[in-house]
Amino acid sequence: MLRILAALILSLGFAALAQAQDLQPVLQDHADEIAKPSRSSVSTALDALIASGLPQVTPFLEAWTDKGIWQRDADGMFFYGNAKGSDLTLRNIDTGAETTVSTVGHTELRPNGGVRRVIGTALVQFQLADPDITRRLSAIDSIARRPDADQLIPLLGSIDTEPDPTLKARKIQLANFLSASFAEDVADRIAAIDSLARDTSIEARAVLNQILSVSSQVTADEPTGGIARILSVGRDLTEAEAYERLVAANLAPPTIPPVAIRDALAANVIEGRVGGIPTAQLGTDATRAQAYAALAASGSVLPFVTPQDQSTAIANHTFYEAYDQDDTAITDAARAALSSVETRVAASRFADLALDGLSLASIYFLAAIGLAITFGVMGVINMAHGEFIMMGAYTGYVVQQFVPDYTLSIIIALPLAFAVTFGAGVAMERLVIRHLYHRPLETLLATFGISIALQQLAKNIFGTQARPLTSPGWLDGAWVLSDVIQISYIRIAIFVLALLFLGLILYILKRTRLGLEVRAVTQNPGMAASMGIDPDRINMMTFGLGSGIAGIAGVAIGLYAKVTSEMGADYIVQSFMTVVVGGVGNVWGTLAGASLIGFLQKGIEWLNPSNTLAAQTYMVLFIILFIQFRPKGIVAQKGRAAAD
Amino acid sequence: MTTGFLVTNRSVRWFLLALALFTAVVAFGSEASGAGLISTSLVKTLGKTLCLCLIAVAMDVVWGYCGILSLGHFAFFGIGGYAIGMWLMYARTEGIVMSSLSGQVIPPTPQEVSDAIGSQIFGVVGSSDFPLVWAFADSLSLQLLMVIVVPGLLALVFGWLAFRSRVTGVYLSILTQAMTLALSLYLFQNDSGLRGNNGLSGLQNIPGFEGTSQATISLVFFLASACALALGYILFAWVVAGKMGSVVKGIRDNEARVRFLGYRVEGYKLFVFTLTAVVSGIAGALYYPQAGIINPAEIAPIASIYLAVWVAIGGRGRLYGAVIGAALVSLLSSWFTGGGAPDVNLGIYRIQWTDWWLVLLGLSFVGVTLFFPKGIGGLFDYIVRKPS
Repeated sequence: MLRILAALILSLGFAALAQAQDLQPVLQDHADEIAKPSRSSVSTALDALIASGLPQVTPFLEAWTDKGIWQRDADGMFFYGNAKGSDLTLRNIDTGAETTVSTVGHTELRPNGGVRRVIGTALVQFQLADPDITRRLSAIDSIARRPDADQLIPLLGSIDTEPDPTLKARKIQLANFLSASFAEDVADRIAAIDSLARDTSIEARAVLNQILSVSSQVTADEPTGGIARILSVGRDLTEAEAYERLVAANLAPPTIPPVAIRDALAANVIEGRVGGIPTAQLGTDATRAQAYAALAASGSVLPFVTPQDQSTAIANHTFYEAYDQDDTAITDAARAALSSVETRVAASRFADLALDGLSLASIYFLAAIGLAITFGVMGVINMAHGEFIMMGAYTGYVVQQFVPDYTLSIIIALPLAFAVTFGAGVAMERLVIRHLYHRPLETLLATFGISIALQQLAKNIFGTQARPLTSPGWLDGAWVLSDVIQISYIRIAIFVLALLFLGLILYILKRTRLGLEVRAVTQNPGMAASMGIDPDRINMMTFGLGSGIAGIAGVAIGLYAKVTSEMGADYIVQSFMTVVVGGVGNVWGTLAGASLIGFLQKGIEWLNPSNTLAAQTYMVLFIILFIQFRPKGIVAQKGRAAAD
Repeated sequence: MTTGFLVTNRSVRWFLLALALFTAVVAFGSEASGAGLISTSLVKTLGKTLCLCLIAVAMDVVWGYCGILSLGHFAFFGIGGYAIGMWLMYARTEGIVMSSLSGQVIPPTPQEVSDAIGSQIFGVVGSSDFPLVWAFADSLSLQLLMVIVVPGLLALVFGWLAFRSRVTGVYLSILTQAMTLALSLYLFQNDSGLRGNNGLSGLQNIPGFEGTSQATISLVFFLASACALALGYILFAWVVAGKMGSVVKGIRDNEARVRFLGYRVEGYKLFVFTLTAVVSGIAGALYYPQAGIINPAEIAPIASIYLAVWVAIGGRGRLYGAVIGAALVSLLSSWFTGGGAPDVNLGIYRIQWTDWWLVLLGLSFVGVTLFFPKGIGGLFDYIVRKPS
């Protein structure tokens, strides 16, 4: 039954279309307004076009705003036109028949910006109901970009017929924004404002802030209108600012700044004296004020406004902020909505901050975990650890020069970076560190030497400019939870990598033969050796393992930061602090240290967002103090291993 | 106190003799004396090198004798430089401002003068107010006092905290490095009140001596640096001689044993740490007027590591070793990086020392640490064999 009815309506509609006249006659009725439109006259033509209800109206309006309509001078007929040189292809507005003529004798319609805007608004209602979803989307975007009271009715009208559910939700949201700002009926506005209280998007907050916009006022009487707040001089604004507002409102005479006093004095020097005072004595504020007072008394300059005058004037006036929106019911609703939104936003910000801290912590953890093994387990200060990170990053860069596929190149680069830095670490242990186990402070010097040599070597090979290490496409972008909470996929990947390494290191140290031997050699090399463990081999392997992990960390860090010869140096001090704060000789300690430092740094940055340098400074100071009170770190070693 | 340690310690006399000879040669060969054999810039370089030798001697005492590998002494050096730099910059800017304001009909008020100086100095960091740390910048005597007091006080507080909680060895090194990092990060900020990464500049112009040529000024500073080095050397030679020196060396060799013998180890360490910090500050105050500019990058942790490396190359535990190491490495560094060294052509590759010097230097640290733990100073043991 319904289907028949629908078919009937459809066929009736088509019949109506077929019967309807062409668009051209409608256009001709308003030929003058269309050919030479002005902002006021164009609306009559538009009303007639819309009233005609013809399907050709939308393409016509679009072409009109795009300067695609030509008029034949001879009879005033309108065509779609496309000029190429002196040739002009004309297309009939109703039939679509094309003819090519010369541009001579034809005029292009060039509506000005104001007219185009009016046409655009009229077009919106057609576009909002357009069968093509991309055009509906672009119409919605244009409304969101430039909200206007006129768009509310067409937008509301298009909601019910919208087939796409996400687009429908978006339309409802936009309609709420528009009615919050522009609806005629106060109850409608308040209802719309209330519905915004659950919306944490930046747009919703902008709408609410717009409604709550205030202007500064000053009055000698009781303040009137929708008062946002009364400003108290000294707390909300300084005396100087308050007085400036009085001057701006013409409620007080302008002050004379010191520079103006000096200029006025210099302009009124008579025989080496100003107002009876010799110029040589005018080097203090007191004598200047005296001289100026004398000048003012004689009427040659504006009278000086003393600080007492200013204080009296300020005390006699009330400074306040008034809402631009008069209706207090609306502002009250908006204020309530905004405060509820802000509570939600603050909660989301906190979550976002925690995510940031987590991702920073995982970077520190990755950078420090290799060090936790070489320094923490073996007690070797490896100042070249940062350079191993750099080596890993450069390995990734070199691989990408040969393997253009980014996903494949990263998969190749990770084990290769491990192999390269493992080799470098083993070579360093065999050649240098082996000889210095009984002189730990000197390993610091020797490895520092290696560090600056490696850094300079990298500079000589790769140059001083930053090299790109491009992440695969599927790591681009961010995981957006809301307008406030979002985290880039790279940071998630680094977090996952950090977790993997935590598991891997724990597994190696606690569950494998190698880990058992490492722990034995660390605790008592002599006893381990007498049990048949070769301490030399174990030391070499451990050092290689720590260095290899630094290489992999280098690839990960290189993906999100720049690859330069100095990138290792940026992490080395932080890494040492991570290990020391966490507690030497314990992987969990390193995790705790990295978390503490990561979260703390983000927390301090949040308190003082403009200044990341200050955040780092306070962080380091905190670490220094922390070590004073817990010299063994968060997870302190106990028992005989802690002896030295 | 007697001068007994000078009699028993022949190396001090030899060192002072050598220093006096060197100073005399430079003084008579300089442009200021008329001979013109040594250029003004070389006199400046040598004067700066003497200051570096002084801080190296201080480092040797704290590390080579007391066993504290401090990676923070260059921070004290920088603080000394900043303290004197503040006065130099303030007084010079004041002179310029006063001469430009003196042409006006109406004499300037003190407030106007201070505003003009402030905007001259802090214009680069978008400010014109004097921060609190500049409160004494107009007084030379007070700023000179700051050269001693600020590094001393910082070392005292830091050392008291660290030594009290028995932070030793590697941990102490990392802690001092963290202190240096915090200080340099702080100074890098524009609102630190010390002109952020611009640092203080124009320090080579000494207020009140505008008419004096740079040749004379550089010679005066060279002589002052030589005197400071001589005095510092004698002071430290006295500190490490006698009973106190034995205790200090004992702490280096076995801290716990010295403590069990009833000595207050923390007190001795604190004394050595603070004293060397003060001398480092003085060395910095002499160095930066010769360098002309100081900025936070100079204080970065790496500078303090270089300091340790100079001492290691020269030879720890002997004061003249520190002087040799600092002088040799810093002079070689400026020769190589300044393009003074000729390129080596290997046929397939041309070694340019400006690029390869750091590689050579780094590898030589490794070599010295591995094969010559006693450093260059150790060579003297072969020459001067004590009759056994």
